[in-house]
Amino acid sequence: MSNSPYTFDGVTSVGDPWYYSDIVKEHFFNPKNFLKTDEEASFKFDGLGRVGSPACGDEMVMWIQINSKTDKIVDCRWRTFGCGSAIASTSMLSEMIKENNGIKIDEALKIKPQDIMTRLGGLPDRKIHCSVLGDKALRAAINDYFHKSGQHERVMMEGGKIIDPILKITDHDIEQAVLDGAQTLEQVQAKLKVGVGSPEAIQEIEELIRFYKEKYFGL
Amino acid sequence: MTKQIYLDHAATTPLDKQVLKKMMPFLQEEFGNPSALYNLGRRSLKAMMEARKIIADILAGTPNEIIFTGGGTESDNLAVLGAARANRATGNHIITTKIEHHAVLHACKQLEKEGFAVTCLKPDKDGIIIAEQVIAAIKPETILITIMYGNNEIGTIEPIAEIGKALLKYNATQRQGKQRVLFHTDACQAAGTLDLNINRLHTDLLTLNGSKIYGPKGVGVLYKKKDVKIQPLIVGGGQEFGLRAGTENVAGIVGLAEALRLAQNDKEKENARLTALREYFLQGLMKKMAKIKLNGHPTQRLPNNLNVSILNVEGEAMLLYLDENGIQAATGSACTSQSLDPSHVLLSIGLPYEMAHGSLRFTMGHGTTKADIDYVLKVLQEIVEKLREISPARLDMGESKKHPKYKK
Repeated sequence: MSNSPYTFDGVTSVGDPWYYSDIVKEHFFNPKNFLKTDEEASFKFDGLGRVGSPACGDEMVMWIQINSKTDKIVDCRWRTFGCGSAIASTSMLSEMIKENNGIKIDEALKIKPQDIMTRLGGLPDRKIHCSVLGDKALRAAINDYFHKSGQHERVMMEGGKIIDPILKITDHDIEQAVLDGAQTLEQVQAKLKVGVGSPEAIQEIEELIRFYKEKYFGL
Repeated sequence: MTKQIYLDHAATTPLDKQVLKKMMPFLQEEFGNPSALYNLGRRSLKAMMEARKIIADILAGTPNEIIFTGGGTESDNLAVLGAARANRATGNHIITTKIEHHAVLHACKQLEKEGFAVTCLKPDKDGIIIAEQVIAAIKPETILITIMYGNNEIGTIEPIAEIGKALLKYNATQRQGKQRVLFHTDACQAAGTLDLNINRLHTDLLTLNGSKIYGPKGVGVLYKKKDVKIQPLIVGGGQEFGLRAGTENVAGIVGLAEALRLAQNDKEKENARLTALREYFLQGLMKKMAKIKLNGHPTQRLPNNLNVSILNVEGEAMLLYLDENGIQAATGSACTSQSLDPSHVLLSIGLPYEMAHGSLRFTMGHGTTKADIDYVLKVLQEIVEKLREISPARLDMGESKKHPKYKK
């Protein structure tokens, strides 16, 4: 008889039946680098990024400190409203930024949710959508820095993130579809076919639809 | 191991020792199949008949109106799907509420695919459905109304007896000589605390199960008034009056009957104790923490249920911290469900999304003491302070759920 472990709904068949990896647990119960109340006035930052909202179930804010000579992010703080994996992934992202005395801005811009997840030792399938905001908060903070430091040529276009790799549909397209009156996944799909060939993108598409509905219609 | 404080009795309850004792013989030497003719089988049949009688007496029904099933979900499915399909010739309309358990809501969804029409009544802000609202929704094609007795999430108790009486009058005046509109209630959460007398509730169908009342899991009851026609979901050996085939779970059935008997015997005393404890719990929360909202009706609610939203923190995060401190509770946040949406019950009573994401449900039980609640209050206060510091959200009660950045 084989005793190789298997997982069911994020829980492994051997060892402590915890839902999350030990690394996630550590970052969740002992989060690193979040902005403490007594640091609010004293933490000097060059860029601030905010994404999500409590209504969406996740909100993240990232404060970054830049060394303009080296073009590195040398320190950061964050705050997150969200579940265990959302808090742990922002905490891990802050460690990824700060390790090796800071990260080059160009390198920071390359961080993807998948990279954070790998460093966390993986997440249960149904929790993956909770860890996709960290890199966006970071990008927003970097953009804010570019604006404030007059480096307008470096500002990245908001949105334009490819949601459906098969159809090359971006969040801009989904935003436009919602503005054109699409209210549900089915209606957005009727306009864009988005996710039909990439079912793994459906969760993110649904989140975007809700996000844009709230943003524009307050629904 | 940290002291464990279990406050998720609405999810399931531990098995009562006295119930287990009653069940034990039927898990061991008294293993006979009740359909068998020899003495061993007849003894199982007799135990099952006794269980049927105990439950029938509590419900003020007759033993032949008690159908044993594989649990609350199956009983709900059998009631809704079974009654709708069997009465299709008289109509295709069903009335239910937005705050039912998924065992009812998903059964209704299935019926819609089969060509039935479903009206989902919206409760008020406390989760209450009133009789007038139910009667007003009846159409000539209506065949079934299904409304839960006590809500599993927010604890609100629906006025089933009032609705039952109103429907009785409606049927007597509007449906003379015709098929009456049937009434089903899911009483799984109410079974241990509320009145189950059918003559007062006036329901045609009623769901009960074992696992919420210190009985075994995997066993349920559907009370079905004698003249009500339903179609079985599981066919085979003709057990349970041909309405639920399969060799009977005799130990489970005996256990369920004993659990129901014990719960109904003790209910006045235990209800008073739990109601006082719940109020103490709520007052403690309000005293220790700001920006808290009680979800569900303030008084017309199950004695053991406390559901609150704690603003600016997320439910799953609180739950995991509580678990680390040995406290088990539940949340209506999206993060614990398979979907991206928070609890359909909390949204249906008009709670904004961010409040639903920050909800916690504590359901107390026989073992819960005042000392337990004091410990939970102390631990939760620390958790909320920590998570509120980590959270960027600084919303006030009643503030718009939209982020300021997007306010136009």
